[in-house]
Amino acid sequence: MKHKFTLLIYTENHIGLLNRISIIFTRHKINIESLNTSPAMEKNLHSFVITIFATWQQAEHLRKLIEKQVEVFKAFLYEEKDVIAMEVALFKISLKGIGPHNVLEQLIRQSSARIITVEPEFLVVEKTGTQNDIHEFLEKLSMFDIREFIQSGRVVVTRPMGKLTEYLANLERQEEQ
Amino acid sequence: MKEYDISGAEAVTLALIAEGVDIVFGYPGGSNLPIYDSFFKHKEQINHVLVRHEQGAIHAAEGYAEVSGKVGVCMVTSGPGATNLITGIADAQLDSVPIVCITGQVGISNLGYDAFQETDVVGISMPVTKWNYQITKAEEISETLSKAFYIARSGRPGPVLIDITKNAQTEKLTQFEYEKCRKINSYHPKFRPIDEAVEEAAMLLNNATKPFMVVGHGVLLSGCKDEVATLSKTLDMPVASTLLGLSAIPCDNPLYAGMVGLHGNYAANKMTNECDVLLAVGMRFDDRVTSNVQKYARQAKIIHIEIDPSEINKLVSVSVPIVSDAKSALNKLIPLLQTSSHGQWLDIMRNYRKEEEEKVFARDLDSNTQVLRMGRVVKAISQKMPNGTITVTDVGQNQMAAARYFDYQSDDCLVTSGGLGTMGFALPAAIGAWYANKMLNQPIVCIMGDGGFQMTIEELGVIMQYKIPLKMILLNNNYLGMIRQLQDMYYDSRYYFGELQNPKFTKIVEAYDIPAKKISKQEELLPAIQEMLTTAGPYFLEVKVEKEDNIFPVVPSGAGVDEMILRKEDE
Repeated sequence: MKHKFTLLIYTENHIGLLNRISIIFTRHKINIESLNTSPAMEKNLHSFVITIFATWQQAEHLRKLIEKQVEVFKAFLYEEKDVIAMEVALFKISLKGIGPHNVLEQLIRQSSARIITVEPEFLVVEKTGTQNDIHEFLEKLSMFDIREFIQSGRVVVTRPMGKLTEYLANLERQEEQ
Repeated sequence: MKEYDISGAEAVTLALIAEGVDIVFGYPGGSNLPIYDSFFKHKEQINHVLVRHEQGAIHAAEGYAEVSGKVGVCMVTSGPGATNLITGIADAQLDSVPIVCITGQVGISNLGYDAFQETDVVGISMPVTKWNYQITKAEEISETLSKAFYIARSGRPGPVLIDITKNAQTEKLTQFEYEKCRKINSYHPKFRPIDEAVEEAAMLLNNATKPFMVVGHGVLLSGCKDEVATLSKTLDMPVASTLLGLSAIPCDNPLYAGMVGLHGNYAANKMTNECDVLLAVGMRFDDRVTSNVQKYARQAKIIHIEIDPSEINKLVSVSVPIVSDAKSALNKLIPLLQTSSHGQWLDIMRNYRKEEEEKVFARDLDSNTQVLRMGRVVKAISQKMPNGTITVTDVGQNQMAAARYFDYQSDDCLVTSGGLGTMGFALPAAIGAWYANKMLNQPIVCIMGDGGFQMTIEELGVIMQYKIPLKMILLNNNYLGMIRQLQDMYYDSRYYFGELQNPKFTKIVEAYDIPAKKISKQEELLPAIQEMLTTAGPYFLEVKVEKEDNIFPVVPSGAGVDEMILRKEDE
């Protein structure tokens, strides 16, 4: 049975590492649903957040293969219940023929979105939320002329209280000197 | 800090010397000529063997690494030189062979612009390397190469590729220091066996009535043949070997149950599915070992000692995983074991062995037939070879005959392509094995089939040029024998594109100034082997073997290992 899993991966920040990680998914014919990379809180560390649909066995096998890469410090695997996840979406909406703005403004307020900028021809709305929140908001906006829509990969924090530095220290202890 | 005025190319050479590299297998080209030029300057310290094709270079490096236990090094140019390495890199990856490949690359200003002989070899080799990196500045050479050697040999060994742009080779360095890498922050290759896991394993083994051990390549890589012998003797436990584990336990050890796998020994496979505790050491439950994994050792508690955490529970669920190199784990396990006796269980092993001897060996080793069979040839050679012989095989029926009928002794060594099954592996790998073994001067037997031999036949030129005393045995059935066997078993004997119209091999070999002989009869076999062994230098013996012969026993497709069949009439 396939479920949604999130892989949280801590790495060095090296050229080619994204390719080295992504080909692991390619080889197993598993699609990456969402991917986000950014500097981590810990100095000199980089993080990847990757969302996939897979069985637990597949996902755990992939986690191990990722963690095996020389430049990967640690890879964690989480089920949906173990992460608090958010994504950001931007909507560029044409102002031409839009009529009174109050309908749009009300919709934005009700959906906890916000207007980032207003230009003579368009405005840009930002919505932060889960993937469902964003898709629902997109549905609601369908009555307007949306010229562009872009959505980020997910960022997550996890419910378990372990810190990366503790895991890494544990690894050091286990490693043969 | 010492002051130097050296080129990046010379820094590469000095780094190799600092790593203890005394031989490089390679092929020059436009993008690595600066390094070749620096080799010239240091020719007293570093030897180079000019292969005839880049695939030969990496297989030679593999053969060298397998026999010496050191990191094998090959060096080729950019573009086709680099892409010709890929098969060998994949081979080394699957068989855990420590290799550093150095590829030349076009200058940094040409990267990505389809320059002459430019390929993205870092991208191409990524799925089959343990690590790879492109050096674009001379100042990166020292640190990167020290990392490359450390990664290649540490933990589970594997191939590393370092691509060096031409500008990095020609740039001048004002200072050069080389420090061997001992640690990489993000890389944790070796773990101590956890006490609780070892204790649990000992408890299972001490209480087992039918314990069984399967040893793999990891035993040879970590150098724990003695520990395997001690452990099996203490527990009175039969031991089987994977293809790459052969020689981990001598064939004449009374506890040796044979080789496991598709064409393995009957006892080894049957006992896998009858034991109550299976101790798997330094092996990865490859599908050629397990056959139908759903039917593999379901009755047994499995203890898996394995250095690579990603191999644990990958294909077979285990009761006790021990993430460690084989030697550390066995050394921790042995003091916890009680001396045991398993006479009845060993009787079962002896009965299975007897059955295989009667139904398979008797036929394969028959010395009264007109036509020679592969098993008979291999056994006759084996009986003439001293302890310490290095056997290199190609892939296919010749490989299985060499695995099954060569009597591996404690100091013997088998070099073969296990995971990837690379035809054409043997000849260049045997060349590399000879360089690793030069000081010991142990005999090297290279067993090939007529298909694989023709894939890297050009390396005969290396044997001629450097006078390498390989004893080459060609088991010629004018067929891709294993393909014919598969077509026989699973495609109603429709032999389609497996038969080869072969050249006169002895004439080809003689053109390389190598003595060659062809035989086809029983009475010719022993004198020919004698002539081969007493002839100084290289020798090529072509043996015409039975044309349509199948390797038995075999586990049929989809069957469990205990369902292996011993002869054709049992199919």
